[in-house]
Amino acid sequence: MTDVVFYFQVHQPFRLRRYTFFDIAVQDHYFDDGENERILKRVAERCYLPMNALILDLIEKHAGKFRVAYSLSGTVIDQMEAWAPEALASFQKLAATGHAEFLGETSHHSLSSLTDLSEFEGQIRSHADRIERLFGRRPTTFRNTELVIDEKIAKVAERLGFTALLGEGADHLLGWRNAHHVYRPEGCESLSLLLRDYLRADDIAFRYSNKTWDQWPLTPEKFARWIHEAGPKDAFIGLFMDYETFGEHQWKETGIFDFFAGVPDAVLANPRFRFRTPSDVVKEHPAVGKLAIPRPVSWADAERDVSAWLGNPMQRAANDALYAIRPAVMELAEKGEPRLLDHWRRLSTSDHLYYMCTKHFSDGEVHKYFSPYQSPHDAFIAFMNVLDDLARRAGQEKTSERATLTEIAP
Amino acid sequence: MLGWEFPPHISGGLGTACFGLTKGLASHGVEVLFVVPKARGDEDARFVTIVGANQVAIEEVVSTPKSRIVEERVEEGTTIDERDIVVPASAHVPADESSVRLQRTFEILAIDSLLKPYLSEREYIVRLREKEIEVRAPSHTGTSIETQTITLRRRIPWRKVLREVREVDADPIKRRRVLEFSGGYGTNLMEEVARYALAVEQIATRREFDVIHAHDWMSVPAGLAAARASKKPLVVHVHACEHDRSGDKVNREVKAIEQLGLDGADRIVCVSHYTAGQLRRHYKIDDSKVRVVHNALTQKEQKERVKVEKSIDEPIVLFLGRVTFQKGPDYFLEAASRVIRVRPKVKFVIAGSGDMLSSMIERTARMGLARNVHFTGFLQGEDVERMYAMADVYVMPSVSEPFGISPLEAMALDTPVILSRQSGVSEVLRNALKVDFWDVQDMANKILALLAYPALQEQLTDEGREEVRAMRWETPAGLVRDAYVELVGAR
Repeated sequence: MTDVVFYFQVHQPFRLRRYTFFDIAVQDHYFDDGENERILKRVAERCYLPMNALILDLIEKHAGKFRVAYSLSGTVIDQMEAWAPEALASFQKLAATGHAEFLGETSHHSLSSLTDLSEFEGQIRSHADRIERLFGRRPTTFRNTELVIDEKIAKVAERLGFTALLGEGADHLLGWRNAHHVYRPEGCESLSLLLRDYLRADDIAFRYSNKTWDQWPLTPEKFARWIHEAGPKDAFIGLFMDYETFGEHQWKETGIFDFFAGVPDAVLANPRFRFRTPSDVVKEHPAVGKLAIPRPVSWADAERDVSAWLGNPMQRAANDALYAIRPAVMELAEKGEPRLLDHWRRLSTSDHLYYMCTKHFSDGEVHKYFSPYQSPHDAFIAFMNVLDDLARRAGQEKTSERATLTEIAP
Repeated sequence: MLGWEFPPHISGGLGTACFGLTKGLASHGVEVLFVVPKARGDEDARFVTIVGANQVAIEEVVSTPKSRIVEERVEEGTTIDERDIVVPASAHVPADESSVRLQRTFEILAIDSLLKPYLSEREYIVRLREKEIEVRAPSHTGTSIETQTITLRRRIPWRKVLREVREVDADPIKRRRVLEFSGGYGTNLMEEVARYALAVEQIATRREFDVIHAHDWMSVPAGLAAARASKKPLVVHVHACEHDRSGDKVNREVKAIEQLGLDGADRIVCVSHYTAGQLRRHYKIDDSKVRVVHNALTQKEQKERVKVEKSIDEPIVLFLGRVTFQKGPDYFLEAASRVIRVRPKVKFVIAGSGDMLSSMIERTARMGLARNVHFTGFLQGEDVERMYAMADVYVMPSVSEPFGISPLEAMALDTPVILSRQSGVSEVLRNALKVDFWDVQDMANKILALLAYPALQEQLTDEGREEVRAMRWETPAGLVRDAYVELVGAR
């Protein structure tokens, strides 16, 4: 049997206001509440609610033969709690069916794994607690931000009790090997690595609505035919993608919902295939071999590395500056002042670095689509101004005096 | 190509662009007959036999045999090559572009004329007077000063002139009459433009070519005349229109000439989408015959980057350009005052002169910024380059800038740039910070960010240097050639 594994990433960042140099030490209103609320509500309406309803239908219709996995970032959960509680409730309803697995990740969709392992662990633990509280089960599968994995990250995941780790089936990682097998990251004893089949996943996530694609239009039958091409010994096919693919990146008008509704039947038409979640897969399919992951691999851009977030001088400087003030905000939090840490963690969200990316050509277009800024430099300026302010508040400056300043500011 | 200026003396952006384009065209195998107005008596007249126009009729316009040009170059131990061009800042050419290739595909014809890019009427008269004194020679006797004064205010009947041009060749007497209004140089700018047109028209009847390419309004009548005489397609290249130069106070005569040229052109090349928008808005020009071709930079090898010892510790924020409404110096000053409130030690430099200079100085004093804001007056040659290199930030806050080459010059010297979105160059430049010229708060914010965050400087200069290096004239020239091919193919 070959398992078809759908995992959907659900995430929204807290976007920053156009915070200027003149705001520094004057006020700490960093986030663009209006814009964040507007986008969350739009995405909930276009994607989360209709797609959750569809998935619920499919699960009920197939009585457990159709299953999916979700990973929700802590920031999107915060936003749903504040602005779209009905969307959060619809995810909980899916969890209650027992056929939707909710994965572990960092609480703030951060890249702490690349810079600060103790922050990384802290974010994983607090997020696991929250997922257990909200969805009734402690996660056993870990997916790191943007599917960034390396051996160090794998070891942390194993140590924290996860049994499965998700990653990108990047060509340079696999070499001649097949993405449809379970692997064990070099240095791990028990953790299983499930890799994404980027061709099949991107057929849906990127190419589905592209009319210049020679395979357009994509039908459930055509897609199932490609799935069925998997060899008889293949353990699983990892279809990992952003949840916003459905209804937000590709509008309802493209037929994406109807397409998806037809996929389970089309895939199940061949009895050699079934739907499973990551934790199902690792229970039934042992790892076939070890895989070395010396350098971080991600699912982003053509390079499949971390250059989309840490590729240029601005991004590296911003990341350095961010983690340089962590000890100070942690100290304050331990003294009972968690506000700065809360702000700081929102700044740790990888999207802020992604907005500063200066890679051009086709990937640049993708970056532009996701960025609220007119340029990567503008993103850097706003971020650094906020960090400057946060550093002042966390540092020797008297916060009480600042608060007064904020109050009298017009 | 009805161009402007040629080596070794190129004084401004228009001449540089024409010459860069011509060289780029040469690399695409386009042969260019480069016709320029050229005042007699300049020291480099040795390159060409200057047209002895004076009060003589136009048939005496003489084109220099190509061999002669080459010969003289060899004699003088120099070649027409951009290495010899004296230009503001960095516009030079790498040595690998051989002058041999240039000589094969490129020929210059000079017409004796006082025209220079962007002359105003007043500047023209000054130039004319200087020439009168300089060459108060017996040869210049055709028109008395009195006659000139009388004709000074006369309007040129453009449509009539252009109509008559068609008949000029057939009727020498008529030609005389048409030319009579000028004598030597035109007694005013418009006359000179008309006189130039007639000379060009003569060339058009004698030489072989496929397309006429005219740059900006002063060569528009010449382009139209040449097109009528030769029945060849006309490309009008818009580097700036009257609305860019003068805001709302447009010179109606200039605008009328521009309108004639834009209407009469078979293709319009303009330097930005921003300019294409201006043509749509102010001249009702339909996009279908417009092609946007962004300028590039003719650039010497980076090895010669000037090393400048900064004499002061404070960071320097630079405005460099004409101190006129179009260039937005007042917005620069407003941004400066906001920056100084946060960082009192920053120096602001306003380099250039223009009709707003005195009011800017007064305003600076009134705002209490005299200790932070410095005025250098007009800079040229190496001083421009040194100034760019000394600055920590270069700001181009233009209110309306068809293209705007100066940010590229600053970037070539590793100075990070903030530029107005109301400019053509902002359409093509990625490694620059962009602001709306009126948003002085944002301008100040970005100046402060550049001064505060070294990574931002590093980012902009590292990637900016590469970006500017890649902006070579070959690419835009290819687009111009495509426009030519369209036109020639259509006939």
